[in-house]
This record gives sequence, C-alpha cells and structure tokens, in this order.
Amino acid sequence: MAETFKLEITTPTGVAFKGDVTHVKAPGSEGSFGVLSNHTPFITPLQMGAIEVESPEGEKVFATSGGLADVRANQFLILAETAEALEKIDVDRAKAAKERAMQRLQDMGTREVEVERAQAALLRANNRLSLAGK
Amino acid sequence: MPSLKQIRRRISSVKNTQQITRAMKMVAAAKLRRAQENMFQARPYSDQLRTVIRDLAARTDKESHPLLQVREPKHVGMVVVTSDRGLAGGFNNNVCKAAQKVINQEKEHAEDVRLIAIGRRGYDFFRKRDGEFIQHHIGLLNDLNFGTAVSIGSAVRKLYEVGFTEESGLDRVYLIYNEFKSAIEQRVVTEQLFPIIPELAGEEQYPTDFIYEPSERAVLDHVLPLYANVMLWRVLLESNAAEHSARMTAMESATNNAGDLIEKLTLQANKARQAAITNEILEVVTGAEALG
Repeated sequence: MAETFKLEITTPTGVAFKGDVTHVKAPGSEGSFGVLSNHTPFITPLQMGAIEVESPEGEKVFATSGGLADVRANQFLILAETAEALEKIDVDRAKAAKERAMQRLQDMGTREVEVERAQAALLRANNRLSLAGK
Repeated sequence: MPSLKQIRRRISSVKNTQQITRAMKMVAAAKLRRAQENMFQARPYSDQLRTVIRDLAARTDKESHPLLQVREPKHVGMVVVTSDRGLAGGFNNNVCKAAQKVINQEKEHAEDVRLIAIGRRGYDFFRKRDGEFIQHHIGLLNDLNFGTAVSIGSAVRKLYEVGFTEESGLDRVYLIYNEFKSAIEQRVVTEQLFPIIPELAGEEQYPTDFIYEPSERAVLDHVLPLYANVMLWRVLLESNAAEHSARMTAMESATNNAGDLIEKLTLQANKARQAAITNEILEVVTGAEALG
C-alpha cells in the first residue's frame, strides 16, 4: 500500500477534511496537480474545481471555489475559500444561485463590479452543479 | 420616608427591570454560544493562513511586495470594531477610548487619521468627536458572513495600495477590536493590519528549495490580499463573541443588583407596614382607653 501523509482542508467556516491520505489531486492555478507523500515543498494558488482525495478509507471529492495549497514533506494544507464534499452539495441552492446570477447578468446596465460578481457566482454554481452531476 | 404605596410601586418597577435584564442575559448567552461556535470553526483556517504568511514573509524579500513594504505613515487608517447595540458594560467604551488614544498618538506625526467604523456605537462615538470617516457599517453584525469580511478587507487593501501614489490612500492601517478571551473576559487589542509585519519565526530553518507556482510574486499577490480578508473575518467573529459575552456579564450583574435592590426595598416596605400596624393598634387602644 502507498505511503500516507497528512491532509487538512480548512475553510473560513470550518475544517472540511482532516486525515491521512495517499494521493490528492487539486486544481492549481497553472493546472491540476497530484501530490503523493514526500512531495517537495510547494505552494500555489488554487482555482475553482474539484479536489480529489484518495485515502485508505476510500475516495472523496470536494468542490472548491479556489484557495491556496501549501505542500510540505508529509503535510499538505489546503486553505480553501469553500470546500464541500460532493454528497453535501446543496443542489437546490446552487441551482437557485445559478438562476439568480443569470437573471442579474441579463439585467443589463449593471455596474462592472456587479457583472463580475454575478459571473463569479455563476461559475461557482456551475462548478457545484457539474460536480454533483446534476 | 416614602409611603408604603410608593415603596411597593418601586419594587414592582425594579422587578420589571430585572425581568428584562434576565431575558437579555439569556438571549446573550444563546447568541454567545452560536458566535463562539462560528469563531472556533474559523480559527483553524485563520491560524494556518497566518502560519503560511509568516513562513512566506520570512522567506521573501520585504521589498518584493507592496503589502509588505513599510512607508512613512502620513495617512493612517483605523478599523474600529464595536457593536450596534449598547448595554454591554464597558465593551464599546473600552474600544473607543483605546482608539482615541491611538488617534492622538498618530496625529502627532500623521497628516490625517481616518476611520472605518464597524458598529453603530463606534460610529456615534467618533461622530460626536469630529472623527473623519472613510466608511461606516451599521447592522452588519446581525448577519455575519465571509462575504462582508471580504468586501471590507478588499476595500481597506485597495486604500492601502493607492496610498503609494495618492493622498486619499492610506499608509498604515490599524485594527482595534475586542478579543474574546473567555466567556467572562474581553480584551481590547490594537493590531497593525498593513503593512504586514512578518512575525519572525524562531530557530526553525526554512527549506530554501521551495517551489512557487507560477511565481513567488504571483503567490504573494494571491495570499496577501486574502490575508486582509481573513484577518477581518477573524476580528468580526472575535468581536461578535466578545460582545455577547460582555452583554451577558453586564446583564448578569444588573440582574443581581436588581435582586439586591428588591431585597432592600422589601425590608423597607415591611418596616413601613409594621409601623402602620403599630400606629393603628395604638390608635385603637387609645380610643378604647378614652371610652373606658
């Protein structure tokens, strides 16, 4: 069996995951990357996407809207803005958010900042929905 | 000496007040529990982010990022976190006084000191004292979410960034708030938000072969703004928990004081009643004697 290392995914609203894992795939800003144990120290921003975790207890997937990854020899910290386990994604809420964002994008004449925010909201909702497979 | 009727009226009024303070205490206790939970959930994130930043700052050159550079503080900004509502003991007053002190100190060398007031109490306090405001937020503590911390945090960061070239920006930013120490203790804390002070780590050696992707600068660009948002988020949660704990303590002692007062007044009422009875007996006896 593959060697394990410690993974911790924290968000501003709580710890999403903490435990020993064998392999982690995360959406780095320069593309997806995988981490095994004894990885060289490495730090990168994360973009929106999925964090895939393989551990002796099984696989787990988290939807994240971005954050920061800090890899040390046998410790991997993910500071995510949000991280939800797939089974915990609130599909209805994401759908509602998607509709709201689309509505706002349609109401033209909104300020640039608002358009940006609506687009970001739309992307987040789409990310959750596509991962949840709905 | 007030009449029996007056004393009784007084007792019932104090009892009413006591009921209110007791209810407020219980509400504060319930809110405190929630606020504390939120705070504990956010702690690992902000602690780890701080560790990461500290490591980063220790490894990188101080001049490599604007948010780390120290400049002469001509324009100072202060984020003062108070509550919207009073009746929380010294909670708001302590913060305001500490802030006033810092303002006075900074004014000795700075051209201007401007405020970002979070909470109605702080806003009112400095409005009466001709404080200059950049912005103020009222009602924000009722519905705390990370988004509000992000919007204030990025506003502050932008002000700091434009401070390099424009007079309207800021050269130094302080955070002043109540820290939640325990359910019965709060402490006023003044922290410097910008420029970021790298906390010098101890003996620990940092690996020099750290890989930054895509580049050191890009990582800093990503992390340092995040730091401001997370610091604000942490401070809002701390202050919120501290507010409820301060209110709980204040209302607890108010309830106790009301109890003491009721006891004293009851004693007085009993005395007055006894005096009235004695008086009546005396009258009856004197009347009977006069007849006999």
